[in-house]
Amino acid sequence: MKKIVFLTPVCVIMLMAFNNSVHIDKATMDRGKKVYIQYCLACHQVDGSGVPGLNPPLEKTAQVLGSKTKLIRIILKGMNTHEEIDGETYSNIMAPHDHLTDNQIADVLTYVRNSFGNKSIAVTPGDVKYVRARTK
Amino acid sequence: MRKYFFGSILFMSVWIINSVNNLLNFQAKKNVEKIENAGLKLPAGFSASAILDSIGKARHIVVTKNGALYVKLSKLVNGKGIFRIKDTGGDGKIDNIKSFGNYIGTGIIIKDGFLYASSNDEIFRYKLDKNEEVINPDSPEKIVGGLINGRQHNTKSLALDDKGNIYVNIGSPSNSCQEIDRGAGSKGKDPCPILDSAGGIWQFRADKLDQTYKDGVRYATGLRNVMGLDWNYQINELFVIQHGRDQLDMFPEYFNAKQNADIPAEEMFMIKKGANCGWPYCYFDVQQNKKVLAPEYGGDGKKTTRCEGVEQPIVAFPAHAAPNALLFYTGSMFPDKYKNGAFVAFHGSWNRSPEKQEGYYVAFVPFKDGKPNGPWEIFADGFAGVETVMSPKQAQHRPCGLAQGPDGALYVSDDVKGTIYKIIYKNN
Repeated sequence: MKKIVFLTPVCVIMLMAFNNSVHIDKATMDRGKKVYIQYCLACHQVDGSGVPGLNPPLEKTAQVLGSKTKLIRIILKGMNTHEEIDGETYSNIMAPHDHLTDNQIADVLTYVRNSFGNKSIAVTPGDVKYVRARTK
Repeated sequence: MRKYFFGSILFMSVWIINSVNNLLNFQAKKNVEKIENAGLKLPAGFSASAILDSIGKARHIVVTKNGALYVKLSKLVNGKGIFRIKDTGGDGKIDNIKSFGNYIGTGIIIKDGFLYASSNDEIFRYKLDKNEEVINPDSPEKIVGGLINGRQHNTKSLALDDKGNIYVNIGSPSNSCQEIDRGAGSKGKDPCPILDSAGGIWQFRADKLDQTYKDGVRYATGLRNVMGLDWNYQINELFVIQHGRDQLDMFPEYFNAKQNADIPAEEMFMIKKGANCGWPYCYFDVQQNKKVLAPEYGGDGKKTTRCEGVEQPIVAFPAHAAPNALLFYTGSMFPDKYKNGAFVAFHGSWNRSPEKQEGYYVAFVPFKDGKPNGPWEIFADGFAGVETVMSPKQAQHRPCGLAQGPDGALYVSDDVKGTIYKIIYKNN
């Protein structure tokens, strides 16, 4: 009995660790990085740390690691709200990036979700296609 | 028994490690206090100290005739946006703090018995007593309201002349007045409709309540965003420094990232009523040393159409360095060279990535008879606390406000942690 009590949390921790160890293939990361450098880096910076007060960081924020749909929508529609991100607000506008292809958006979001200390499941071109079709 | 023995050994080890750690931390703290010139690099004869460590997001500052400071915050601390701080003990450390004002903002200035402070769309004033202490901190008079507050470039910096006028910057809520702001390749709106109510300096009366656009005068236009402005009482003219445009490389057919990082200057202007400084149609190219047409309006990096008649900068500073404050030095503490010259607080760039960032220092421009008299130089550096800033978050401090003390000392505020620096000169 004691052993079971002891083992349960161990199993939970191991499962969590397993879930977090997302494997993303190098080719996707390389393509994503290329898109990041061209379209995102200027504002969000080389290390994804953003610019305090101006451009939001991409390090472990709810927006980056949360709902894929919401995140894809930010790329397609841009962002011009005053919503708080981890207690801070950011004043620069993000222009819509709907000119990027489904593949480019999937690659760059997968890259961002697995860089700068982030670890999260990949965004697929299918995800982007689905959201794009339902986003005006 | 052995269990207890190992238990004790473990406990002792943790205790020892902890004690050593505490001791090291204590030493580290002591070292912090001893950091020479509070970490700043200054010209010979100058020294600096941090009179306060971490007040919050300290924007502009002003010093009373008794040496107290008013600090405007861009994020409320305990519900307050203005802090009055004082060193009553005379030991160079702040020991007396009062706070008031339930609004965030940047501008704060004292003139003729009043403290003026701005939110991001209003200007208030507070009557001062003979010691320049605010009499009714909870009931200021609103002198101006309803100013454009478009999130981007929404801070309202203030200056006053000797004739009862107050000058306020109304920044454009835009980078370059494009149809899609900051959109790659997006054209500029022509004419730019923003200029009717923003992208310039407005003049109001300092003593009239509840003014808005219709009561004021658009004193200067074509200024994307100005955070540093100061009235030069020596020649009675207004001087401003513009935050120049970002993202030339949204037009990759003409500009790459490196060219964007280096070309569009931060411009200092002497402003006369009616001046047009060119934004969004023109920007100043530091390499060609002239105003050129913006790519949003058909520019290719060379064309100068539309830019011939516009105001020329009197000083062109490095691109994107972000001049957040301007101060004409009128004190007598510093050597003669500094008298009537201009200090500029550069908050530091972001739009130079992936190049290393620029700014994060206080610069000085020597002046004679109201005109720049020699090249600008870096006066105080080292705020960032790192040798090279690659992304702004690496900077531990960023200069944002400037003020002159009654003794001629120069104060600099930092809006990362909220350190207030005092810089003095001693003739050895």
